Amino acid sequence: MGKVGIIGVGQSAFVRGYPGSIRELAFEGFKEAMTDAKISAKDIDASVICSSPEYDKQRSPAGTLAEYFGLTPQPTFYVETLCSSSSTGLKLAYSMVKAGLHDVVAVVGFQKMSEITSAESQERMGRGADIQWESPFGTMMPAYYAMYARAHMAKYGTTSEDLARIRVKAATYGQINEKAVYRKAVTFDMFSDPENAMSAPVASPLRVGDCCANADGSSCVIVANEEKAKALCKKPVWILGVGAASTAVNMAGRDLFTGLTVGEQAGAEAYKMAGIGPKDVDVAEVHDCFTIAEMMAYENLGFAKPGEGKDLIKSKETYKEGSIPVNVDGGLLSKGHPIGATGGSQIRTIVLQLRDEAGEMQVKDPQIGLVHNIGGVGLYGNVTILGR
Amino acid sequence: MAKKEIDDRFKKFGTVSFTSISKVNDFVDYLEKGKVMATKCKDCGQIFFPPRADCCNCFTSNMDWQEVTGKGKLLSYSKLEYGPVGFGDDLPYSIALLDFGDYKVFGRLASELSDQDVAVGMEMTVEANTLPNGQINYVFKKA
Repeated sequence: MGKVGIIGVGQSAFVRGYPGSIRELAFEGFKEAMTDAKISAKDIDASVICSSPEYDKQRSPAGTLAEYFGLTPQPTFYVETLCSSSSTGLKLAYSMVKAGLHDVVAVVGFQKMSEITSAESQERMGRGADIQWESPFGTMMPAYYAMYARAHMAKYGTTSEDLARIRVKAATYGQINEKAVYRKAVTFDMFSDPENAMSAPVASPLRVGDCCANADGSSCVIVANEEKAKALCKKPVWILGVGAASTAVNMAGRDLFTGLTVGEQAGAEAYKMAGIGPKDVDVAEVHDCFTIAEMMAYENLGFAKPGEGKDLIKSKETYKEGSIPVNVDGGLLSKGHPIGATGGSQIRTIVLQLRDEAGEMQVKDPQIGLVHNIGGVGLYGNVTILGR
Repeated sequence: MAKKEIDDRFKKFGTVSFTSISKVNDFVDYLEKGKVMATKCKDCGQIFFPPRADCCNCFTSNMDWQEVTGKGKLLSYSKLEYGPVGFGDDLPYSIALLDFGDYKVFGRLASELSDQDVAVGMEMTVEANTLPNGQINYVFKKA
């Protein structure tokens, strides 16, 4: 079996309150990827549709979207792993192509979070955890990640200021990413100004500025087998490694609170498959739903030793000019986090980087890129390694 | 024919319960009597918290109830300033995790504890608690 390549990527702008239906939103990412790949719907052999269904009023969106995209009568599949749905979709597409079932597969991620109210959306996010034993206590996503932040601070002396530095970096690049929902600057001083919204507590020790921006959005990644990829695309980007892992939903079933085991395990699997190590990665997208999540990703992926993530951001090594640029598209923090679309958008960023087409965000001459995408509170981990 | 009675005792657990029917509904009865219970597999001896009806080591359902007693170590916690729908009246409150060695317990810190009273690593106990809305849960107190 040959390699599997990515021949087209696209995403909608990530926005608040998308003025259209889910099929119209999803079409934006699909259209851009198809235009990028310069192919037509008949060239696609199957589609994988990814979202988190509790936000959708449409039951089983795969059929609806496939019809709207002109992708019938080809088979379509629906995939869900919360915030990492479209990375899981990519792994499924990779597997189907590798198995020889299909030659060209479109992976479409979308989420119209504004289908429901912000309060309903928060309630649903809490139910991404254990609804029998945890949700009755009134859990929310920020509070779970805050528990990781608290444990990280207690063990390693990480501070709220260290976390704020990650937010400042994200905003540096969100400002130059025309697809980002949050285009404004965030300064370090905002976090120490009690009058500034960024410093308002959400779930201690996390503050408003530590939390990602909710958004509506869509993404699309088109994968093909080696023969088709070479025939259809001048600069295919190759999938070198895919890793995935899961863990206990309930915090009580876990042993590590200063990092995410699924990030470590998915990373180790992807590195092994690609035959590379952390030092070989030239540019990375990591799942920064909260600042602490990016800090833990540095350590779980081996960019820093456990407890030394704070030094990496302090020395600005994860900025565009640093030794390991991370989230130079604004990340989930500034670009936005439309659950089902996020993984595909991260993949798109790395593909553009490896094609030297990332514009102002371009890192110098990257050969290998990595995407780290987490579902739930470290419940599902997905790491994808891409190369030129 | 008499209408079949539905055992939905679990709906009493927590400020808002998202589950009403479970094979471990007795947990709620014990909680009403002031006891926080785990289950223990009679075949392999593993203790489960949260309690479960089935053992995934043995593929059996031979469970005993066992009370959560003694002191647990506070692994982490977070105080919420915003809550999900239905939890607004409880704010602010803190969720937390205790380590009892053989198992861990996820729950809430007792509302009377102030920020200064709490630190990662401290020893705590777990106690049944009645909420203002009449529902029941359990909370962690200073040991």
